[in-house]
Order: sequence, then C-alpha cells, then structure tokens
Amino acid sequence: MTRSSRRLVGLVAAATVASTLAACGGGDSGGGGGGSEENEASDVGITEDTIRIGAHYPLTGVAAPGYSEIPTGVQAYFDYVNANGGVNGRQIEWIYRDDAYNPTNTSQVVNQLVLEDEVFAIMGGLGTPTHNAVTDFLNSEGVPDLFVASGSRLWDDVEEKPTTFGWQPDYEIEGKIIGQYVAENFPDAKVGLFLQGDDFGEDGAAGAKQYLEDQIVAEETYVPGNTDVRPQISALQAAGADLVLGFNVPSYTALSQLTALQLGYDPQWFYSNVGSDPALVGSLLARFSEGAVSDASLLDGVLTTEYIPTVDTPDNPWIQLYQRVWEESGQEGELTNYRAYGMSQAYTMVQALQAAGQNPTRDDLVAAVEQAGADWEGPGFAPFRYSEDRHAGYSGMLVSRIAGQGSEELTPVLVTDNGDAEIEEYDGEAATPPESGIPDEEPVN
Amino acid sequence: MSDLQTPASSAAAGAATSDAPVSATAAANASSAQATGGRTLLPRNTLLRHLLVLVLCAVGAVVLLESTDLGFNAQIGYVAFYAIAAGGLTLLTGLNGQISLGHGALMAVGGYTTALLLDAEEPLPLVVIFLAAVALTALVGAVVGVAAARLHGPYLAGATLALAVGLPGLALYFKETLGGEQGLTVSTPDRPEWFTETIRTLSGGSPSGVKWIAYISVACLLVTYFLLANLMRSRVGRTWRAVRDQEVAAELAGIDLGAWRVTAFVVSAAAAGLAGAVLALVVRLTAPTAFTIVLSLSLLTAIVIGGLGSLFGALVGSVLLVFLPRLLRDAGESLDMDAAQAAEISYVVYGVILVVVMLFAPAGLVGSVRLALLRSRARRSAARG
Repeated sequence: MTRSSRRLVGLVAAATVASTLAACGGGDSGGGGGGSEENEASDVGITEDTIRIGAHYPLTGVAAPGYSEIPTGVQAYFDYVNANGGVNGRQIEWIYRDDAYNPTNTSQVVNQLVLEDEVFAIMGGLGTPTHNAVTDFLNSEGVPDLFVASGSRLWDDVEEKPTTFGWQPDYEIEGKIIGQYVAENFPDAKVGLFLQGDDFGEDGAAGAKQYLEDQIVAEETYVPGNTDVRPQISALQAAGADLVLGFNVPSYTALSQLTALQLGYDPQWFYSNVGSDPALVGSLLARFSEGAVSDASLLDGVLTTEYIPTVDTPDNPWIQLYQRVWEESGQEGELTNYRAYGMSQAYTMVQALQAAGQNPTRDDLVAAVEQAGADWEGPGFAPFRYSEDRHAGYSGMLVSRIAGQGSEELTPVLVTDNGDAEIEEYDGEAATPPESGIPDEEPVN
Repeated sequence: MSDLQTPASSAAAGAATSDAPVSATAAANASSAQATGGRTLLPRNTLLRHLLVLVLCAVGAVVLLESTDLGFNAQIGYVAFYAIAAGGLTLLTGLNGQISLGHGALMAVGGYTTALLLDAEEPLPLVVIFLAAVALTALVGAVVGVAAARLHGPYLAGATLALAVGLPGLALYFKETLGGEQGLTVSTPDRPEWFTETIRTLSGGSPSGVKWIAYISVACLLVTYFLLANLMRSRVGRTWRAVRDQEVAAELAGIDLGAWRVTAFVVSAAAAGLAGAVLALVVRLTAPTAFTIVLSLSLLTAIVIGGLGSLFGALVGSVLLVFLPRLLRDAGESLDMDAAQAAEISYVVYGVILVVVMLFAPAGLVGSVRLALLRSRARRSAARG
C-alpha cells in the first residue's frame, strides 16, 4: 500500500466515523451539526472535507524567539482534532507564513493567504503594528479575523472592524488588575513604571493609574529596538521606586534585570504577562549576559499575571491534555508556554467553527463568535467578552508570584472591563477539558 | 559598421582590464553604448524611442494584470514600489557613484506624507498627494545631499545609515500625529467610475481595490522609469557619469562636482518619495517597523544583483526581491520542511545566491548579459574585419 493511498483510507475512515457520530446526534468528535445535512463547499476556503485557516507569525528576525513556537502548538492541536475526525467531518488545513514582524511583509503574506491560498478565516495573527496593516483589507474582503494575538484595544471595534476579534485580556484591564493588587497589598510602596513606548505601555499605565495615581513616583519609557535601558533603570532608582511595574516584552525583562543587577538596584519587580515567561527570559538572560547569569533565578519572587494555564503546573488538566497532544504530534522540542498559548487559541477556534454550524459561511462564523463566544468554556480562567457590540477577549486574570521554575497563585481570578468598570472576583468554576480533549459546541443557528 | 565597432570594443576593453568600478557599472555604460548603435528597429531619437518603449510596456502591463489573478496583481504592487525606489537608487549609485543606506528612511517621508494627506476629511486628488510626497522627500533629499556631497565611500554610507536608523524614530516621538509604533492606517482611495468601466470592457470582471492599487503602482513605475531613463541619457546623465568616473577630468571640464552630486541625490530622493507613497497604498499602513535598515539594504541588494546603473536591472532586482524568497519558501515547504525552517532556509539560500552572483557576475544580471552581448558582437565585427 502506498503512502498516499494509506492516507486516503485514513481520511475516509475518519470521515465515516465522524458522519456516523454526527448521525447519532453529535458525539465527542465535534459532529454537532445535526446530522441530516450533507457537507457542502459553503464559502471560500471550505470544501466538503476541508476547511482552510491561515495566519501570520514572526518566524524569523528579532521577534521570532518564543513567538515562532505558537503556530507549532496550533498545528499540534489541529492535527489532534483532525486525527479524531476533524470539525463536522472536515479536516482543518492550517497555513501560516513568516512576516518577520514587518508590516510590509504582513500585508504581503496576508494578501497571499486570502487571494491565493483562499483561506476561510485568519486566526491568531500576531503583533500590533503588523496586524494593524491587514485589518482594513480583511474586513473589506469580509474575511473573519479571529483571535488576534496582541492585547491592543484596536481589535475591539465592531463599527470599523466587524470581522476582527481580540482574544487575550487587553493591556488596560491587565493594568487595572495589577494596579488594584499593588494598591491593596503594597499601600506604602513607591511605584515606578517601566513602559514600552507604544499602546502596550500606554494602555497598561492608564489601567494601573486608576488605582495607583498617588503612589507613582517615576514613569520611564523605552523605545523597542534600543537595547540600552540604563537611563530608564537609573531614573527609577534615583526616584526611589521600590516597586517597579514593567509593561514590556520578554527581551526587556531580561535587559532590565541585568541593568538593575549592574546598578545594585533591587526593587520588587512586577512584570505584565507578556514579558514574564520564565523559560524564555531565562534563556535571554543567559545570552545577554554571555553566560554570567545562567537561568531565570533572577526572576524568583517576581510578580506577574496569568490568564491561561502555564506549563509549570503539570497537574492542571489542560496542561495534561496539551502535553498529550504535543507528544502525539511528534514535533521537535518541549511543550512551552507559547505552544500552550497556541493550543488554547486553536481550542477556541474549534469551538467557533463548531458553533458556526455544519455548512458555515464567513458571516456565520463571525455571528457564532458574537452570539455564543461569551459562554464558551475553555482553558481561559475568565470568560470572553464577545457579543454583538463587543469583540474584546478574556475579561480577567489572576496575580501570581514566580518561584523557581513554577509559580504560586496570589489571588483568585479577577474579572473586569475597560474604563471604570469594577474589578470583581470571578465566581465561576475553572473549566476542565472534555474527556476527548475536543470541545463540543452546539451550532448557534 | 564602424559606428558599431567603436563603442562596443571600448566597453569590452574596459571590462577586459577588470577595472572594478567600470565593470561593476557596466550595465549603465553599455546601455548608452547601445543607444548610439546596434541593429535596432527602435527610433534613433531618444525621446521617441523611450515613448515607444513606454507605450509598449504600458500595453504589456495591462495584459499582464488582466491575464493573471488578483493574488498576482497584489504582488505586482510590491514589485512596483521596490522598483521605483531601486530605480532612483541605481541612478545615484550606478550613475553618480554615491552610496546611500538611507533610502528606506526617504521612503518613510513619502509614505507618511501620503498617509497623512489621505486621512483628511476631503482628501486631495491622488496625483496631488503623490506630487506632495515627491516634493517633500526631494526637499529632505536636498538637505541630506548637501551633507552627502562632502562625503565619500564609507563616510557617506555611515551618514546615510544614521538617517535610516534615526528618521523612523520620529514617528515614535511625534506619536500624536504619526501614530507611534502601531503606525497610521492608509485607506484605499476611491476608484473612479471610468476605471471600473474600462476594466469591465477589458476583461469583463469587476475590479476590486487590489486591482485599482496595482494599476496605480504600475502607472507610477512606468512614469518614473520614463522620466529617469530620459534623464540618464541626457546631458545630465553624462555629467553624472563624468563625476563618477574621473573627478579631476570632470572638474577641469568645468563641472561643479558638489552641485551635481546634490542634484543626483535630490532626483534619487524624489523617486524614493514616490516609492514610499506607493508603499503606503499597497501595504495600507505606514509604521516605523516597515522602514527599518532592512528596507534600505534590500534596495541596495536589488540594484547590485540586477546591475548597477541600469533601470532594467533595478526592475529585475525588485522582481527577485519580491518573488525569490517566496519561491524558495514554497520549495522548502514542498520538501516537507515546516514553515519556520522553510522561512529560515530561504534567507540562507537567498544570501548564497547573492554571493554567487557577486562572484560570477560582478556587473549584476543585466550588466553581465549586456557585457557578454557586446563582447560577442565585438568579436563578430572583428572577425569580419
């Protein structure tokens, strides 16, 4: 038997299983389509047995470390779903391309994905300036632009960008949750802000200031690309800040730690979720210090936030699922937090595709996220904020402390919204993954 | 036969001495030699000949755009803005002998001008916006050019490098107007009625925004190349060559070296400004990350690989710049590599190709082909006696 005919038999078998299950009223392989209809090529990028999803990531260049692992996690989860019959009997084809974190490249590869590869939807496009270059195009072409991998508030704009959806908690609500935690637990601290000079730093600072206006003694901004942060760190030291909030990317976590070490400056550090991955920061520390600092031990005791499970909690049922999926995919390397992030996005994507119905159009997919998204249970600690008027992602996170290679949770899950919405404890239960590891959402129509 | 023999053999002789600057810019010299002789059906008059080529290219471009799919049309826009900027740079480097690592920054000036003007409530006509972008960039080019005229070789490279690194930072500093890190989005200008009608009669399809932008880009490319080609064949072009090849002789002939260097920089910057304007439309965003030093280096790569001093070479280089990484990536993926490996490998292979071209065709692709043609012609005419 040749390789291709084996694959064909496998496909037919998988399709048979899926359609049988669908006929039985929906089973655990995602056959929630009602069963009476047959699969049709209902829109661009959908055939009877495939559905094509595209994305852009920095696979090369300065932003590649860490971020280039995300699509391999997505790949692993989609492979897992495909091996178990796909979504409504359709195999997910996942195409991702390199944009090297340059908006010119992003628009070029997204043109290619939409016009040549003819994808059904774009998912998890990474980066604020990069993705900002393609939202107008995607919306004018009516392509669903789901789960942008950036915490900017640009993606929550139903009027101008009706097909674009955020996914992770935006930087402003993260700033609010951090601000309130510091105000309650360190009421006497003199707070310094270490900010990236774009909307990431600005939104984060705006959120934190709602609670910390009186405590902030210094506010320092760095320009991404300039690797000398000594002026900023010494200014924070001179202002006497004994607690520094960092809204920065991982490489600047490493740089700020090394610079503070050189200056003999030892405040309590609090890094936002984006900049705090211990594994990546550890390897960056080793590289930047040319081996003088060999691991992430500098980060011991640093405060941060979490909104999805991380790989340092091997007992978490989601991480156990991801571990299994990752091993089955047979790709090189370990399960990392970036791969777990990719799998969490892929899980949400499968929920969206199931909710869109058996023969969805692009409009159906957007409508499904708007109508059902807020109720989806998944890896996220807090629910999404999706509705017909909002396209904002997760509504909350918790504060934790990095300890060795692990972390300990300091607060329950806190949920809030943009502006002056109150911060509340989330009263829902933490969701566990279904037995099969694949969601089973009802179609919305 | 004698009018054919003289320029041909002299160009070949120049290459035979392997005098580096002469053979590296063979593409520029050879084309002027071709204009004075050779069996060609094109008219002798430079302006007429260029007009004819312009019309032929325009027809060819329409056929190309209408016979290919939208995805290809979109890629043409990228080729166009690289080629416009590379055309300006090849004039500066190939014809006038100045190097610039700052053309990416000059493109940013054109791009941001376009983005800001298009954002207005009642935007000006597109042509006016493009002219404004060109004018402003030419002005910046004049300022840089005055400094550049005093510098040579690595010092000039250093000064323009500073421009490439520094200028995009202004967008972060003037965050309110220039959008900071996340950039300014550029809305596609409305398609005029006549365009829709024309496309419908031509190919029956209904045009989209992508197609409209592709046509704008190609039109800009053709107009720029027409103007640059005329300039390069004129007294101005000859003066630039004189400044490049023999400073002392040029000065003795009464040429003001500094003034001519500044003019070359201004013309080159104007082209970069238009390229930036087209980039803004094609990419739909102007952000600092789009105008990094990598962009400037890519332009330099394009003109070196295509053949210094030749507009056709700049175009060939730009086509390679857009399509080669993509072809390599697809080839890598068809060999069962994952996307990240294919993307990494494509850069390695791209670099190897660059090195190989430099080793075996130092005059660039177009320059080497022209040299080979001229040599064989010279040999033939020598054999005939």
